[in-house]
Amino acid sequence: MEFFRLFIKSVFVDNMIFAYFLGMCSYLAVSKNVKTAFGLGIAVTFMLVVTIPLNYMLNKYVLEPGALAWLGDSFKDVDMSFLALIMFIAVIASGTQLVEMAVEKFAPALYNSLGIFLPLIAVNCAILGGALFMQQRDFASCWTATVYGAGSGIRWLLAIVGLAAIREKIAYSNIPPALRGVGITFIITGLMGIAFMSFMGIKL
Amino acid sequence: MANLKKLIIEPLRKTNPVTVLVLGICSCLAVTAQLKPALVMGLSVTVVTALSNFIISLLRKGIPNRIRIIVQLVVVATLVILIDQFLKAFAYDVSKQLSVYVGLIITNCIIMGRLEAFALSHGPGESFLDGLGNGLGYSLILVIVAFFRELFGSGTLLGYQVIPQSFYEAGYQNNGLMILPPMALIVVGVIIWIQRTRNPEMQENNQN
Repeated sequence: MEFFRLFIKSVFVDNMIFAYFLGMCSYLAVSKNVKTAFGLGIAVTFMLVVTIPLNYMLNKYVLEPGALAWLGDSFKDVDMSFLALIMFIAVIASGTQLVEMAVEKFAPALYNSLGIFLPLIAVNCAILGGALFMQQRDFASCWTATVYGAGSGIRWLLAIVGLAAIREKIAYSNIPPALRGVGITFIITGLMGIAFMSFMGIKL
Repeated sequence: MANLKKLIIEPLRKTNPVTVLVLGICSCLAVTAQLKPALVMGLSVTVVTALSNFIISLLRKGIPNRIRIIVQLVVVATLVILIDQFLKAFAYDVSKQLSVYVGLIITNCIIMGRLEAFALSHGPGESFLDGLGNGLGYSLILVIVAFFRELFGSGTLLGYQVIPQSFYEAGYQNNGLMILPPMALIVVGVIIWIQRTRNPEMQENNQN
């Protein structure tokens, strides 16, 4: 039940893309049609599910103050938390590389459809942001962190597919020339953000 | 000389990383509810962009092409950790306000974009200036957005009351909507609109 609550909460209530603006760059760049948007959304969700538990373990057993206690008494006071950023990004970058190779080997069809997006994910702030929020919120177990990762990914997926659908339709409307392209996309995203804020009052 | 000057001036206007190239949006929107964090963020990004451009440009002949992304990330992450520790030591409340966004400078696409597009093919001096220019271009948009959001959202600038008390007594109210995150997007959208109205050659012809 608790997992379900966290899941719903991370999908709808604290929306990563509209409240924290994570992963905005690829969100704006790759939302021209629904199909590619969906592909990128799946890739991001997948990477979040893989990297958040990994980073959780890393934080719990290596980086936190006192986390190295399992190595022996003399390591009890070691605080490595200042290394968190570089470790997280290393996990994410190498994780993307590994996933890319694995997908290429075992699921060539998926690889062809995701192709260019996979390497881009290493610098998608949604992934690093997910890891940093995970560290900040101090989840109780590895499973909670995984559920949080999955929820955040799905929410990102929903948001990008929604925007892509709107942008496909907007081709038929008459927008002022100076606002075409990027400008109108910003404004649509802002309006979508306001719409999503209606979930904020929900207490779960 | 004129060429070097162009490296700094152009990103402020014609090739602005935020409004024209649409890079580095995430942090740009999240830290702009007030002017002070926006200024600190702009400064940090400028420092990181300039220095990482400089370092990568020095190393560019020695980096194998296949692992360049990881090398770049390591350089950038090191610089960001320095900035993070520096802010924690000397500007603790701002660093609390910026929370995870300082860390997210690592994945700021402006930095990776400039490294890939400029530093790998130019000398250290030019790269440094290019990084500086792009960082300043980013800061400029950040400050403009934060200025309007703080002014209309809370009636203050840098924490000081700007809108006089008599306005409030006459029925003026702060626009709470400006504080909310989605308004940042709409303000940037309007900035792009104004910029492209003034420079018609930047307009896009396709409809979406």
